[in-house]
Amino acid sequence: MRTVTYLQAINEALDEALAQDEQVFLLGEDIGVYGGGFGATSGLQEKYGKQRVRDTPISESAIAGAAVGAAMTGMRPIMELQFSDFITVAMDQLVNQAAKIHYMYGGKANVPLVMRTAAGSGTGAAAQHSQSLENWMAHIPGLKVIQPTTPYDAKGLLHAAIKDNNPVMFYEHKLLYQTEGVVPAESYTIPIGVADVKRVGNDVTIIATGIMVSKSLAAAEIVKEKGISVEVIDPRTLVPLDEETLLTSVEKTNRVIIATEAVKNSGFSGELVSIIAESKISLKLKAPIVRLGGEFVPMPAQKTLEAHAIPQIDSLVQAVEQLMKEVDN
Amino acid sequence: MKQVTVKEEPTTSIDELEALKKMWQIRIFEETLQELFDAGELYGTMHLCIGQEATAVGGASLLNESDWIVSTHRNHGHCIAKGTDIRSMFAEMLGKKTGTNEGKGGSMHIADLAVGNLGSNGIVGAGFPIAAGAALSAQMQGTKQVVLCYAGDGATNEGSFHEALNLASIWQLPVIYFIENNQYGMSSSIEQMVNIEKLSERGKSYGIQGITIDGNDLSVVSNTVSKAVKKARNGGGPTLIEALTYRHKGHSKSDKLKYRSDDECRQWQEHNDPILRLEKKLLEHNEITSKGIRQLEQSIRQEMADLVASVKLDDEPTKADLWTHVYAEEKI
Repeated sequence: MRTVTYLQAINEALDEALAQDEQVFLLGEDIGVYGGGFGATSGLQEKYGKQRVRDTPISESAIAGAAVGAAMTGMRPIMELQFSDFITVAMDQLVNQAAKIHYMYGGKANVPLVMRTAAGSGTGAAAQHSQSLENWMAHIPGLKVIQPTTPYDAKGLLHAAIKDNNPVMFYEHKLLYQTEGVVPAESYTIPIGVADVKRVGNDVTIIATGIMVSKSLAAAEIVKEKGISVEVIDPRTLVPLDEETLLTSVEKTNRVIIATEAVKNSGFSGELVSIIAESKISLKLKAPIVRLGGEFVPMPAQKTLEAHAIPQIDSLVQAVEQLMKEVDN
Repeated sequence: MKQVTVKEEPTTSIDELEALKKMWQIRIFEETLQELFDAGELYGTMHLCIGQEATAVGGASLLNESDWIVSTHRNHGHCIAKGTDIRSMFAEMLGKKTGTNEGKGGSMHIADLAVGNLGSNGIVGAGFPIAAGAALSAQMQGTKQVVLCYAGDGATNEGSFHEALNLASIWQLPVIYFIENNQYGMSSSIEQMVNIEKLSERGKSYGIQGITIDGNDLSVVSNTVSKAVKKARNGGGPTLIEALTYRHKGHSKSDKLKYRSDDECRQWQEHNDPILRLEKKLLEHNEITSKGIRQLEQSIRQEMADLVASVKLDDEPTKADLWTHVYAEEKI
């Protein structure tokens, strides 16, 4: 099998979708000759033309609104928001329009759009270019929310998002773009709503989203030396959420760590805690659930401060060790 | 009070007797809603367009069924003019499963895609980019459909207006932005909220032709819209139309109208009621008699009363319906 980057996997999915379905088109800022803010649409305008790979003015509200209108009338737009922070500017169209129309119209219109965006910290881009706001979208009925962490997942889930008849929010992490993984050359889909066991283990379950998946896998390798076996679960899609896979793992290990880059206050990690707490499995837990998430501060620009703002491998290792100690006591 | 500043020579491009009937249907539909509300039979909110029937009929009813409209919270007239089933609209208002939106939309969201009604919106200004998107869809698919996007005067101060007009212009989209300047955004007069004489001037900034017209003269409206439709259909791009009109009622059901004088309102009602003006013209040209008008009005009142009586017997949605249509089915 060949290895490609996360970025290339996304580019391939877009390329294949444009080739497969005439209704698919791309719109966003700088997605043409420039190839998108991070290069995800590189070469596509050259191949499919300016009509189907459409540069837009700097108008996030218009980009999202045009995607809604086009999606309602027979097209399958894929919009790119260059940085996920810019979603705040497009919020009405995504939250009040895209998410509501199918329900509000009694099922008489579909809004099959994909919102692709680059999220997360780690580039020194500061508070307005580093946020992880996927929590916001997971709170809105009518939207689906995907957060792929491997090149394989990115390609398969993007294809699924494009084929889905609902508005799908697709969060790509900036630091993952250059990571490599095995990806089939042909087109394939991964069903939306199925979590993935990224590593099998028996002692502790880490439920991790986004960049925290790779950090959790690294932490699992470190604690393995000490004889601790960690299972890493990647929900992959926040909405719909595969609760069964998560709970099955928790039932096996009875020890849970939840790790997100998004600030943990009022966020998705709290939702995961609640799901476990509300299930009977919570009665069997050997220790309280541990939650690691972004600190409740705007993302700072300075490198050391930025690293302190989100959980790192060390903090995951410490959390695992602490959790095992508590059980021993 | 803003005066009508531009008046085009009317040319009859619309069946005026048929238009009069539609305008009466819109007015009596809303008067019936008001009665139902006063009787405590109507739940939720509504925004009446009484006084603005010419912009609805002179605009939306000129389009082909396959063309689209995008509407606002003050939408009843637009929906009826575009051919949305009136019985289903009553049913939606009365919370019945048989409503246009199966009871999930209510007054502000009435949609009927089958007749080209892309839906109404509770967010002021949200329709501008959606209309651009629908027009883009038509352009990309080569369908020759056009989109008529209604909005109020207040909506032109939203960022979405400016973003969408720019997008429509650079891509030469087949869309008509139709501003119903009824003089007020809720309680705020447009004169207090913008410092230009004509809202249509805003088109110039985006390379879009802007026209201000008398929105209470049916033939002026229909003539202007038909030219803009022809231009859009032939690849000539967007037009911005500002139609000066007046809402006779308050913003919504709870409006006490403290912000405008009775005299101002009376002036518009007596001299600029679009239905009275059309009737006067038709009488002068001997195209209808006073008796004929009375009969028309009476038959529509009966038609609306019968529809309401029949809709009242329809089923309401059940608890299970709460969970339908949250997500669309997968593509087959």
